[in-house]
Amino acid sequence: MKTIKTYVVALISALLVLSPVAYADKWSDQFPHIKATGDIPGECSYDAMSKKNYKGKTLKINTHAVPVMGEPTALHAEQFAKLTGAKVDVTHTPAGDLYAKAMVPFQAGQAPYDIVFGFSNFINDWKRYLEPVPKKYVEMKQMQDVTPSHIGIASWDGVMYQFPVDGDRHYLKYRKDVIDNPEYQKKYKADTGKELRVPQTWKEYGEMAAYFNGWDWDGDGEKEYGSAEVMKKDDLMYAAFYSRSAAYSKNPKTPGGFFFDLKTMKPLINNPGFVEALTDWVAATKYVPPGGINFGLGDEIGSFGGGQTLFSFSWDDAFVAAMQPDSPINNKVGAAQLPGAMKVWNRSTNSWDEGFNQAPFFVWGWAVGVAKKSKEKEMAFDYLCFFANEANHQADIGIGRFGVNPFRNDDFKADVWTQIGWDKDIAQSYVDTLAQMEDSKNRVFPLRVPGTFEFNAALATAAAKALAGQLSPQAALDEAAKQWEDILNRVGKDNVRAAYSVGVAMEDNKL
Amino acid sequence: MNFKHKYVFLFPGLFVLIGILIFPIIFTIRLSLSGWNSYTPEMNFIGITNYIRLFTDDPRFWESFFRLSFLSVTTVILQYVIGFALALIVWREIKFKRFFRVIFLIPMMTTPVIMTVIWRTFFHESLGPVNDLLGNLGVEPILWLSDPVIAKFTVIIVEVWQWTPFMFLLLLAGLLSLPKEPFLAAAIDGASPFRKFVYVTFPLMAPISIGAIIIRLIEASKIMDTVFVLTSGGPGTATETSSFYIYIKGLREFQMGYAATLSFTYLVIMIISLTIIAKVLTKLMIKE
Repeated sequence: MKTIKTYVVALISALLVLSPVAYADKWSDQFPHIKATGDIPGECSYDAMSKKNYKGKTLKINTHAVPVMGEPTALHAEQFAKLTGAKVDVTHTPAGDLYAKAMVPFQAGQAPYDIVFGFSNFINDWKRYLEPVPKKYVEMKQMQDVTPSHIGIASWDGVMYQFPVDGDRHYLKYRKDVIDNPEYQKKYKADTGKELRVPQTWKEYGEMAAYFNGWDWDGDGEKEYGSAEVMKKDDLMYAAFYSRSAAYSKNPKTPGGFFFDLKTMKPLINNPGFVEALTDWVAATKYVPPGGINFGLGDEIGSFGGGQTLFSFSWDDAFVAAMQPDSPINNKVGAAQLPGAMKVWNRSTNSWDEGFNQAPFFVWGWAVGVAKKSKEKEMAFDYLCFFANEANHQADIGIGRFGVNPFRNDDFKADVWTQIGWDKDIAQSYVDTLAQMEDSKNRVFPLRVPGTFEFNAALATAAAKALAGQLSPQAALDEAAKQWEDILNRVGKDNVRAAYSVGVAMEDNKL
Repeated sequence: MNFKHKYVFLFPGLFVLIGILIFPIIFTIRLSLSGWNSYTPEMNFIGITNYIRLFTDDPRFWESFFRLSFLSVTTVILQYVIGFALALIVWREIKFKRFFRVIFLIPMMTTPVIMTVIWRTFFHESLGPVNDLLGNLGVEPILWLSDPVIAKFTVIIVEVWQWTPFMFLLLLAGLLSLPKEPFLAAAIDGASPFRKFVYVTFPLMAPISIGAIIIRLIEASKIMDTVFVLTSGGPGTATETSSFYIYIKGLREFQMGYAATLSFTYLVIMIISLTIIAKVLTKLMIKE
C-alpha cells in the first residue's frame, strides 16, 4: 500500500513538475521568442491570451521607430494577433515626433491610435487624454513585481496612466578588456602618469577616451574610438546632457531644485555647473567616432554594442547589446555609476564646493498609455499586459536593441542575467550598479512639468549649437535659460512649480 | 431669363476655392492670434503677441530663413546650369538620345525620402562608402553631416541630384519648341556655337528659363524632407531651414499658435520675394 502511495505521489509530483515544461513547449514552439523560458503562467500569458477572441477588431498602435521599442512592439503585436485573432496596425514614429503624433489627435478629440508610446516625462501633458489603467491590471500579480519607483513613474496623484513596460536610468558602460588590461594600465601610466581605471570623474572619462581614440586597441583591424554618446539634437540628447551635468550641479547641500530654484523658479541650467558639463561635452566631440555628433540612441547602441568605443553612457540598451551572444564584445564590458566630479556648484554661496560628488540620473524612459477616446480599451490593455508578461519581459530585456530595461524586482537579481549567458562578475556588477543608484541620496529625476517637451527641446537646441561650435557653452546655456524663462511665462510659473515640486521632493528624499 | 443666374454656376468653383485655399489661410491667421499649445489647447485670443515675439525675440527663425535663402538660391542656380547643359546635350542629334533622356530623369522619379536615406548612408562618416572610397585614396574622412559648413553642401548635393532632372525636363521641352529660323540665320552668318548659344539659344530660352527657375525656387524654398532625413537640421542648427523650423515649433514643441504665426509670415515673405525675383529675372533676361 505504501509503495502504491509512493508511486502515486511520485506520479503526481512528476506531472506537476513536467506540466509547465510541456505547457511551455507548446507556446515556445509557436513563438521562438520565448524559447528560453516557455510561457510563464499569469493573467496575460500566451495561454491566457489565446482564450481571448478579438477576431474582426483592429488595434492601432503608435510606437517608436525600429528597433528601440519599435521592434518589440511590432513583435508582440504579431504574437497578439496570432493568439487573439485581432488585427494590429503598428505605426513607427521617430522619437522626436512621438509627442506630437499623439497630441494632435488628442487635442482634436480623436483617437487614431488606441495605444500611444512616448516617454514617461510626457505624463503631465498626456494624462488628461489617457485612460487610467483599470484596477484589475493594477492589482494583478504581474504588476506586483514592478518596483515602487516605477509604479510611481507611471502614475500621477496615485492614478496609474502609463502601463509599465520599461525602466530606465543612465549609467556608465566601459570596455572591461581594456580598462582591466594590465598592459594597457602600464602603458597608460607611462604615457600619462595616471591610473587606468573605471573613470571616477568626467575629467578622467575625457582623458581616457581621448587617449584611446582613433587607433586599433582591440586588434580587430579597425580603428576604435573613445566614446559613443547620444549627441543628435532631436534624439534624446537632452538626457545625455543632464547625465553629464548632474555631478557638477546636483549639490546635496543645496536642496530645492536641479533644473529650477523651486522658490524663485529661476532656471539653473546656465549656472557654472551646467556650463562645466557642456564644456566637457564639447571636448567629447573630439573623441567620438566620425559622425558621432549625429549619433542618436540607435547609433549609440550599435556603436558601443558593436565594439567601436571604449565608453558609453546612457540607458541599458548598449550594455545589453554588448552582452548578447552574437556581440563581438560579449562579456568584455563593465557597468558602473555615472562618473562624478571633483567639484560641485553651490548656488547658495555662488561658488564651487571642492570634493568628490556623484549624482545618478534616473531617466524614466519609455511609457505607454491607452487613449481615453479609444473604442478598444479592453483589447488595448490586454495587449500591453501581454507585451509586459513575464515570458516576453524576460526575453525582451536580454535583447539590447529592444530598449526594454529592468523595472521589476526580479530583474535586479544576478541570476536572471547569468541564465542568459552573462559572466557572473559582470552580472553582479550590473545589478550592483542599478542597486547603488536606487540607494543613492543624491539623485536627479527628469523634468515632469507642463511644457516638458518645450523645455527639453530648448535645452537640446542650445547644447547642439555648442557641440557644433556655433556658440560657446556659456552663450548656448544663457540662450537656453532665456528660453526657459519665456516658456515659464507662457505656461505659468505656478503651474510649473506645482508639478516640479513633486520631482524636487523625490530628489530631496522627502518622498 | 434672369442674367444674375450665371453666378450660380460659379458656386462650385468658388466653394472649392474657399474650402482649399481661403479657409486654411483665414484659419492660420486666426490661429496665429492664439496661444494654442500643449498645455492650453484652445483658440484663445492673445492679439499680436506671437508676431511681436517673432519680430523681436526669435533670431532662430530669421537665421533659418537666411540659411534657406542660401540653400535654395545655390541649389536652383546649380540645377539650372547643370539642367541646361544636359538639355543641350540631348537636344542635339547624339547616339542613344532617348536612353539618356530617360536616364537623366530617373532621380526625379525616385521618392525623395527614400533617396535621402540612401544618401545619408553613403555619407555616413564612419560606415558610409564615400569616406571608405576616399580612405582608399588616402583622403581623411570628411565630416559630411557633422561639420556645420560641409553639412550645408551635403544638403545641396542631394537637392541638386534629386531636382536637376526637373529643370532638365522643362528646359529640354523649351529647346524642342524653339523655332528653327533664328538658328538657320545664325548658321548662314557663320556664328560659332558659343555665339549661337549667347545670342540665339539663351535669349529665346529666357521666358521658359524664368518660369523654370521660379517654379524650382518655390519648391526649393519648401525644402523639408531632405533636411529632416539627412541632418535633422544639424549639426546644431546649421542646416535648419524655415519650413523645418516651423515644423519643429508646430509639431514637435506643439506651439501651434506660434507656428501659425511663423507660417503666415513666411507665406507673406515668400510671395513678396518671389514676385520681386520674377520681375528682376524678367528685366535681366528678357530684352525687348
